[in-house]
Amino acid sequence: MTAVLTYLAGKAFRLATLLAAVCALSFWLMHISPIDPVQAYVGAEMMLVSPEQRAEIAERWGLDEPPIERFALWAASLAQGDLGTSLIYRQPVSTVIAERFAASLVLMGTAWTLSGVFGFALGVIAARYRGTLTDRAIRWYCLTLASTPAFWLGLLLLMVFAVWLGLLPMGLASPAGVRSDDVTWLDRLRHLVLPALTLSVIGVANIALHTRQKLIDVLASDYAVFARARGESETGIIIRHGMRNVALPALTVQFASFSELFGGAVLAEQVFSYPGLGQATVQAGLQGDVPLLLGAVIFSTLFVFAGNLIADVLYRAVDPRTRAEAPA
Amino acid sequence: MSDLLDIVDVSISFTRYEAGLRRRTLRVINGLSVDVRRGEVLAVIGSSGSGKSLLAHAVLGILPGNAHLSGSMRFVGEELTPERQRRARGREIALVPQAVTSLDPLMRVGPQVRWGAPVNGNGSQAEAQRRVFARYGLTPEVERSFPAQLSGGMTRRVLLSTAVVSGASLIIADEPTPGLDPEALAETMRHLRELADENKGVMLITHDIETAVTIADRIAVFYAGTAVEVCPAHDFLPDGAALRHPYTRALWRALPRNGLAPVAGAQPSYDDLPDGCAFRARCDRATSACAATRPALRSVRGGMVACIHAA
Amino acid sequence: MNGTAAEAHPRPVRMPRVRRALGGRQRTLLAAALAALALGAIVGAGTLLPDARLTTDLGARNQAPSLANPFGTDWLGRDMLTRTARGLTTSLALGAAAASVSALLALALGAAAATLGKMADAAVSWLIDLFLSVPHLVLLILISFAFGGGARGVAIGIVLTHWPTLARVIRAEILALRGSEFVRVSRRLGTSNLRIATGHMLPHVFPQFLVGLVLLFPHAILHEAAVTFLGFGLPPHEPAVGIILAEAMMHLSTGRWWLAVFPGLALLAMVRAFDVLGDRVRALLDPRTAHE
Repeated sequence: MTAVLTYLAGKAFRLATLLAAVCALSFWLMHISPIDPVQAYVGAEMMLVSPEQRAEIAERWGLDEPPIERFALWAASLAQGDLGTSLIYRQPVSTVIAERFAASLVLMGTAWTLSGVFGFALGVIAARYRGTLTDRAIRWYCLTLASTPAFWLGLLLLMVFAVWLGLLPMGLASPAGVRSDDVTWLDRLRHLVLPALTLSVIGVANIALHTRQKLIDVLASDYAVFARARGESETGIIIRHGMRNVALPALTVQFASFSELFGGAVLAEQVFSYPGLGQATVQAGLQGDVPLLLGAVIFSTLFVFAGNLIADVLYRAVDPRTRAEAPA
Repeated sequence: MSDLLDIVDVSISFTRYEAGLRRRTLRVINGLSVDVRRGEVLAVIGSSGSGKSLLAHAVLGILPGNAHLSGSMRFVGEELTPERQRRARGREIALVPQAVTSLDPLMRVGPQVRWGAPVNGNGSQAEAQRRVFARYGLTPEVERSFPAQLSGGMTRRVLLSTAVVSGASLIIADEPTPGLDPEALAETMRHLRELADENKGVMLITHDIETAVTIADRIAVFYAGTAVEVCPAHDFLPDGAALRHPYTRALWRALPRNGLAPVAGAQPSYDDLPDGCAFRARCDRATSACAATRPALRSVRGGMVACIHAA
Repeated sequence: MNGTAAEAHPRPVRMPRVRRALGGRQRTLLAAALAALALGAIVGAGTLLPDARLTTDLGARNQAPSLANPFGTDWLGRDMLTRTARGLTTSLALGAAAASVSALLALALGAAAATLGKMADAAVSWLIDLFLSVPHLVLLILISFAFGGGARGVAIGIVLTHWPTLARVIRAEILALRGSEFVRVSRRLGTSNLRIATGHMLPHVFPQFLVGLVLLFPHAILHEAAVTFLGFGLPPHEPAVGIILAEAMMHLSTGRWWLAVFPGLALLAMVRAFDVLGDRVRALLDPRTAHE
């Protein structure tokens, strides 16, 4: 029990220092950026502000103070959950992020699951037929995918399925001009297919190559050799021993890939005008919406941290070797 | 002729591609003949690199893909074809592996052992496994453990259990003793002897001559991929005078109780096995005739020896 | 490919045979040479193709690929092959320069972590964690934004985001070397730290560094293209490949497929060529795989 508490305390401390550093780094970057700090803090109401009010705001927010004190002020409001107001969406940043992330989560979740399942399957097949043409083809395919720009793949898919074949919509998350109450789940699904496909096709490479290598190691292990000597078939060994020993590392890799997943989502959402957090991040950057940009940075850091934490916890909780000291 | 396993003139070579067009063949086992009978323990001894473990894999038919095997292997009078090996593996011929890491680390021990038990009228696989565990003093707690939770000695007993639970008539124990304390070592030897006394054949692959001699009926001495002498175990016992091959005698003299006289020189590597007798470079009795042809095993004083000088 | 393979081998043999007969080392060299050749061709085309092919030619607008314009022409009649080659050369130059600085940063931080004691090690580890904790693309957007976009923003972004993995490799390599027998022996023999660093460390760490550098290129180029595509990188008048693809996206519904297909394919080929090159150079330098 104490071990668990120590572990959690350690992770919490790590997260705290990490967030503090990310905030400090982001704040510093905004400080050196050519953007007007008053605009950055006031956000949406900027157009309504007169020069007198401007000076008043600068004083109230301490904008004439040295950077360190301004950072302290900003951090204090962050700590109370106040991320400011988005300039573009004219809503609290937390509201924008919550709405946008819900859409992104559908996209990323679908792609994450699909790429995990297909990548794992491809990796298992490649390892089962290692050294053969099948293996070489899968490896070549994965290495090529790893070099493929996600946004270009999105463009190709758009061109084929939306422009030429006309099977799927060009973009957005629902048909344009339709009230959100009238949008059917089939509409949403049709809009989800291409961005999710783009994201999962790219995501397959990493997990497939990792699974292949792990399974090849397992098949060369002492216990696989012994299983062969005991008369287990190659397929039987993969099912009985391979899956058991490869599934957990694969799942861990998949959880640890949240950073790439988020980056891929930024590109896919931009290509397909999919209204997720990634697209909002790009818009915030392009239109100088500093509160939203900072919010997106902090939130994506939390997202990546969550993935790594789950990966770590999974490994500790499931692997009996890490529980060796306490017999079952 | 043996009633269990009969290996006649078996050679195993590996093909490797090297830089450029050169293809190299490494001959690892070279014209080897040996047999195992029901009810006996045959100890196969030899230094590392003499091809002992490879022979076990050859009998089971689990050599790597680039291995080439020639010669004849017969099991209970039938030719050991790949198909016959597939049927025999784990059912009629069982391996007790050398590595303690031979159990799946993520699978509980009981189910792993159980898997190899035959499905027949003698109760369930689980019952068969529990009977064997009881026989070797393994508690029900061991059954529910993961391999990492077992001690080295327990792991060795579990590995032996996998062979016993299968009901195989031939058990190949490939170095089953490293890391055991003297007591556990003696116990393992006793278990192997018991199996032979139950009319199974046991091939004990080891480099520990002194331990092997205590339970073996016969000893096969390997050198550079071939059996240079196959003799009754008691030939090793009093003064070694009955031993036939110069290498066997040198091994005997190298035993701790006989003064640890090391064998001069080194075993030739697979890359350049000489023609003729492989031991001749280290042999004080070597003559030009030894270089001409590789000596075949022949009967001398109730044993077999591959040396033209033995009498 | 046939010709090159036959030249690499003394006797002209048919291609499939050659492939099988060539040793692993020759095949590795061949792959590395082909990758280098492909990269040379891109840069060569980018610098040698005349400017005239980039001028607006309204009489030759929106032409599908042909012999005269293998990649077709755009809505202003500009040759897409020339634009692509130029764009890739720009991306390559920017990506390679930024990746090189990033690699030097990795070398400095990795070496500092391994040699300057526990505090420095912990500090570098913490920095590595920090830079891996934000998605690369988000960090790139943030940094590009902070530096007002343009080549400078992208370059600084790439420099700051690409060093962590290589720094880890170099740190581990130096730590392994410090613990190795021959370094400890020379230290006991009184060899100065500087001589150990230049005489023992550098020759061992340099190949690792070189491979790490080459393998940073493809990442840097892909990220540069992505950031530029999103609108944070190079301005439209510097036609990096990300700009070309962003423009192609606007003309997507017209069915002029060549605007997007070829530049993207060329980018993919370039990134893959760097990957192959780095991978093969590593195989050549690594004693464990050198004999395969």
